[in-house]
Amino acid sequence: MSTMTADTLTARLADDLDGTFPEVVRELSAGLFSGAFRMLGNRQDAEDVTQEALVRAYRALGDYPVDRIRELRLRPWVWTIAANLCRNRLRSRSRRPQAPLTGHDPIDAGPGPDEAAEHSDLRGRLADLLAGLPWSMRTAVVLHHVVGMPYDEIAAALERPAATVRSDVHRGLARLRVAADTEEQP
Amino acid sequence: MTDHIITELGGLRVDAPAGLEDAVLVAVGLADHYVTRPTPLGEVYVAFNGRGVSAVDVAGDRDSFEARFFIDHGRRAIPTDEIPERIARHLDTAIAAGRPGRLPIDLRGLTEFQTAVLLRTATIPRGEVRPYGWVAKEIGKPGAVRAVGTALAHNPVPVIIPCHRVVRSDGTLGEYSLGDPENKRTLLEAEGLDIDAFTALSSRGIRFIGSDTTRVFCHPTCGRGSLITDRHRHDFADETEARAAGYRPCKVCRPVAA
Repeated sequence: MSTMTADTLTARLADDLDGTFPEVVRELSAGLFSGAFRMLGNRQDAEDVTQEALVRAYRALGDYPVDRIRELRLRPWVWTIAANLCRNRLRSRSRRPQAPLTGHDPIDAGPGPDEAAEHSDLRGRLADLLAGLPWSMRTAVVLHHVVGMPYDEIAAALERPAATVRSDVHRGLARLRVAADTEEQP
Repeated sequence: MTDHIITELGGLRVDAPAGLEDAVLVAVGLADHYVTRPTPLGEVYVAFNGRGVSAVDVAGDRDSFEARFFIDHGRRAIPTDEIPERIARHLDTAIAAGRPGRLPIDLRGLTEFQTAVLLRTATIPRGEVRPYGWVAKEIGKPGAVRAVGTALAHNPVPVIIPCHRVVRSDGTLGEYSLGDPENKRTLLEAEGLDIDAFTALSSRGIRFIGSDTTRVFCHPTCGRGSLITDRHRHDFADETEARAAGYRPCKVCRPVAA
């Protein structure tokens, strides 16, 4: 989402919440779902979190004064909600014993049959390895490299300094690199 | 190697599952899901969103229902197989009882007056009827009898909010909002109302019946009134006549607005 688009989107959102919100959903849902999926390693949880985050966003927008909506940075703002929901879900899951975290669960249809052929082993392994990263690195790497958000947006979303986010991304990547270079999975 | 990893991480981006965007819009009430449900009138379409049930309609096919829903509500109606728990738990009960009960209803977009008419109508018990004028008096607008009729004609959730239980004071059934006008009769008969007896009474100018043992007068179809045996029953043309005979109004069916 370019800055230009975001600006006009929040302006229109401020003027007409109900008329514009469907566009927000269209704009953000694939990124939210992908990010949540890679943070949680589970498709159903990711779907629930995405839906819940957008519903909460809508309700919050309904209570916000127009000026506040106009000044919102939409994607990081929704991601603050979504990342918290992801984290809560992981916590509640760790209290209930469940199937181990995995990036490609049985119902993960992946990118589609024709792309599946060029789907590298590395991609599948990375999905698993992400789940092994500490939360701070996992969120930073996923938001930057999977969702495609710049550091400043991630900093706003995760409420961390941009320098910390940058270092989380680099350290996370370094760990993934080491793990991926290792021939055998630990 | 790092570049390769970054490329592959980018490849972990996926599309949102089909239906997720619609599910969000339905949850916040900017679109609706719908299902079909059996009623005494046959299958009806029932639409709902995160705020509650938004429409009950009879329509030939899905396309015409969806088109009409869009015209009436300005939102898309999307077929679904799944009914959320908070609606599923109460929907069939509400249809069978002809009363919302604990079923949430989405009455957005209606005026305060329309809402008042519908909520009052929702309290009329199954198998009983009240005149349009009674609803008008009950909501504090005794002069708005015709407007009550109009509001009921635009009831978005017929069967569940039982506008079929509001009839003309002369005992004829009047208009009905859901499909064929005969549907009103079908629903009332399914509820066990003896329509011919009620119409016969009304056509003789009788608006209330009373019991000389309790000295209480009721609407002719009031559940308490129906317990009166012929030996003890007295018929009245209006409130004045009943009061003059020493009767007081029933507190359940409220033949006289408080």
